[in-house]
Amino acid sequence: MPVQYYIFLSIALFCIGVMGVLMRRNAIIIFMCIELMLNAVNLLMVSFSKMWADAGRVDAGSAQLFVFFIMVVAAAEVAVGLAIITMVYRNTHSVDINILNRLKN
Amino acid sequence: MVLSVVALVSALGVVLSKNPVTSVLCLIVTFFTIAGHYIMMNAQFLAVVHIIVYAGAIMVLFLYVLMLMNLNADLEPQKRNWLKYAGAISGGALLVVLVAALRDASMPALSTNPTDIGLIKNLGMVLFKQYVVPFEVSSILFLSAMIGAVVIGKKE
Repeated sequence: MPVQYYIFLSIALFCIGVMGVLMRRNAIIIFMCIELMLNAVNLLMVSFSKMWADAGRVDAGSAQLFVFFIMVVAAAEVAVGLAIITMVYRNTHSVDINILNRLKN
Repeated sequence: MVLSVVALVSALGVVLSKNPVTSVLCLIVTFFTIAGHYIMMNAQFLAVVHIIVYAGAIMVLFLYVLMLMNLNADLEPQKRNWLKYAGAISGGALLVVLVAALRDASMPALSTNPTDIGLIKNLGMVLFKQYVVPFEVSSILFLSAMIGAVVIGKKE
């Protein structure tokens, strides 16, 4: 299976995430699309790790550990981001990002 | 191939569905298909961690927030449709540009014979020998994220 296949799959997933961020107005769905974009990058990095392992490189595990750290950062980001969204919802009773164009009041 | 089609369809479902809970469920399906790809590429540890962290933790967090806010009904106003079209067109343009740029790239084919680089034994050796410092820093990051979430989320 050629590695281009995974590249194009990752590109498609990433672009769907970009479309979601641009199209939707719901802050939670925008967050989920950001997760989708992170996962597209993770998939690409794992496929490159497999490519390097096939090529006989001994340090191909570094890419998989990088994916691991991306997951760590994504988990932390989601915790803080959902707290912020909850706070915004408590103050404005909406998660529509059009309301947030002015942060004051 | 089937996994990829399911992944793309459910990713589109995340973006296009009107109900946020449906989006969350579609995103969980996408994550499981990505985990299937990880298993196919002999990254077993990452597949397990991916399912535990994303489908098990992050998506449950999303569902909890959705249920706490009672956002099952669609709250998005239907005005300003041209913004949606502009978003779709720019995302599609990005897709076209990236595919056109990488279409002619010559890449080797992935072999089907298994590699043991994704096993937890080998990854653990790399993680705790070569990447100890980022690992410890990530623990500090988690601690600060936890404190930050509690501080932001508490009622004053």
